[in-house]
Amino acid sequence: MSLWVDQYRPRTLDDLHYHPELSARLRSLAASGDFPHMLFYGPSGAGKKTRIACTLRELFGPGVEKLKIDQRVFMTPSKRKLDVNIVQSNFHIEITPSDVGIYDRVVIQEILKEIAQTQQVDLSAKQRFKVVIINEADSLSRDAQAALRRTMEKYMSNMRVILCANSTSKLIAPIKSRCLLIRVAAPSPEEMGVALARVAKKEKFDLPDEAATQIVSDAAGNLRKAILILEALKMQSPDLTSNISVAKPDWETYCIKVADLILQEQSAQRVMLVRGKLYELLSHCIPPTTILKTIASHLVDRVDESLKADIMHWAAFYEVRMCTGSKKIFHLEAWVVKVMSLYKHFFYGIDMPDDFEI
Amino acid sequence: MFLKPQPAKAAAAPKHTIDPQTQPWVEKYRPKTIDDISAQEHTVEVLRKTLVSANLPHMLFYGPPGTGKTSTILALSRQLFGPEHFRTRVLELNASDERGISIVREKIKTFARQTPRATSGSEYPCPPYKIIILDEADSMTQDAQAALRRIMETYARITRFCLVCNYVTRIIEPLASRCSKFRFQPLDIASTRFRLEHIASSENVPISPEAIAALIATSEGDLRRSITYLQSAARLSASATSPAPITPREIQEIAGVVPDVVVSSFAATLGVDMDHGMDMDLDDGPASKGSKGFDHVRGKVQEVMKDGYSAAQLLSQLHDLIMLHPTLTSRQKSRCALILAEVDKSLSDGGDEELQLLELGLRIHKALK
Ligand SMILES: Nc1ncnc2c1ncn2[C@@H]1O[C@H](COP(=O)(O)OP(=O)(O)O)[C@@H](O)[C@H]1O
Ligand SMILES: [Mg+2]
Repeated sequence: MSLWVDQYRPRTLDDLHYHPELSARLRSLAASGDFPHMLFYGPSGAGKKTRIACTLRELFGPGVEKLKIDQRVFMTPSKRKLDVNIVQSNFHIEITPSDVGIYDRVVIQEILKEIAQTQQVDLSAKQRFKVVIINEADSLSRDAQAALRRTMEKYMSNMRVILCANSTSKLIAPIKSRCLLIRVAAPSPEEMGVALARVAKKEKFDLPDEAATQIVSDAAGNLRKAILILEALKMQSPDLTSNISVAKPDWETYCIKVADLILQEQSAQRVMLVRGKLYELLSHCIPPTTILKTIASHLVDRVDESLKADIMHWAAFYEVRMCTGSKKIFHLEAWVVKVMSLYKHFFYGIDMPDDFEI
Repeated sequence: MFLKPQPAKAAAAPKHTIDPQTQPWVEKYRPKTIDDISAQEHTVEVLRKTLVSANLPHMLFYGPPGTGKTSTILALSRQLFGPEHFRTRVLELNASDERGISIVREKIKTFARQTPRATSGSEYPCPPYKIIILDEADSMTQDAQAALRRIMETYARITRFCLVCNYVTRIIEPLASRCSKFRFQPLDIASTRFRLEHIASSENVPISPEAIAALIATSEGDLRRSITYLQSAARLSASATSPAPITPREIQEIAGVVPDVVVSSFAATLGVDMDHGMDMDLDDGPASKGSKGFDHVRGKVQEVMKDGYSAAQLLSQLHDLIMLHPTLTSRQKSRCALILAEVDKSLSDGGDEELQLLELGLRIHKALK
């Protein structure tokens, strides 16, 4: 049995109910015979992937949903073998750079060239080109992006690239200028409400307004999350009326605990304790940036107005350090120490030099 | 049609047949001869002489994207060798080709050492050397570049190199010093407008001067970008159910530009005075700027992130807004400039967009208080 998010995922552009002007745009582009390379961008859970899948279907028909997974071997420049699973249909192929780590350039180059140099063999195919979807395009290395540039120009006759990213900030300009940019904003609370109601209708139950409002506010624009919560809640309390409380994921509860620990006591021992908890979170593969942001956001909800900006400032500061440095834990910990000292100073009324006054 | 199969496997190279209808306009309107290159008069003039003398130094083309570097060397090569000999005389490698040190040693060297076969009866100059074009050369490793040095020297008589790059500083000095350098300028407004109008009229796309101005403004001297945007806009307006004229706003959306109202409203939240004579209905009146500064800024940042706008793009537009602001003092502006620069750096170091935007917002808010 699949999850509701998957089961009730819209399959065609007509099924998509929010951002209608965007769907209309995609429909006419698919019909125009003049389909460009595209870059879909927007926050997580806004429906980028769904929209891409619907666009593919519009381009190629239902055949595009017949997926197969191929195990492929690539050779790195240092002659190491690299096994990669690749999802594809007769009409498209999907790549997720994080699956191939630092060798993304090699894999992308190989796959694109291969596709570019083979013509569509299926004579009944509606389009002469194949589509290459690159997920999480913002995590493509610079090298891989550079490799894409000219390929995108050169092999336009047999291939179109669709990039999917949270933001355009990490993509190099030459890539952006070769794509039609499609911004997919998060659905509004009302639109999320409609989406939830649809799922409820298909599952044949009534979704009380109160529950819907609660879920929508918890999901903060992430529709995938909203539907996941709905399904979980429905399991917990089938009538969805009795005092619903949206259970937070374990890691989030854990982060809240860490925030509490920081505010309860500011001492060397406490730093060690928090450090242990941070390790625990990291070892469960929670991304360090998520950890930092979650703790920070709970901290600022609990402290005096005058401390909030400072806590966030140092969060931003150490988050960049995590990106450029090598040990995530060092910087998480440094931030915790910083926050503790800010907090302590605040309570003992000692004036601290304002470190980020300019 | 403009295709450059690699000479090494010329026979096997698939024959693409591109329907001119679906061909990207950047390819379709790629200059065919060096005389079609706009705005690079000096370079073209020097190269025109080489067509006559049929002698060519090693060359290094550098300059920002979309200024005609690749087009120029390709046009020149074709004018030298003609379509018939292009395949055997020109090797074009770019960043999408594997160009590690082993390839330099094997593929490039193999091509470089071949003595070109004499040609006769060609209407083209067909000088007795080959050309190796290393496009996007700044993405080659230092090692690979170093390995090129010897090859360049050893086979100089029968092989000329043309290195093409954006940043001349990324080319190692020993290579750069062996080349004549040609700098490509960002296209000036008049040349860009001229090319765009030419393409629009060839494609029968009705476009207003305002829309052309928006294309020029969003593409910052990069002709490839403005041509791509023009084609996208034309596509969208042609495929709309009721054909609509291309609006400047549409071009901004295609280019990923944040709408002015969003930027203004963000700026207003940070305490930038946006009321100066403008009749705009912003949801952030001065009344809502109270002691709740933090939550206010944070709410705005979350809103912008939900709408999917790029932090880097917003930052750059905010920069323009602040620097050109009529009433902010220069002291305030320089404080903001410092903050903007720091956040820009953090973003390019890979910092989280939401955290950085919040950092930007909170600090500017404070600096303007
Ligand atoms: N100086 C120029 N004159 C005419 N067209 C140009 C010029 N510069 C760029 N273009 C147009 O932009 C496209 C990209 O140019 P290209 O030569 O590939 O840029 P670069 O290699 O400098 O990034 C070309 O197809 C052409 O249509
Ligand atoms: Mg180029």
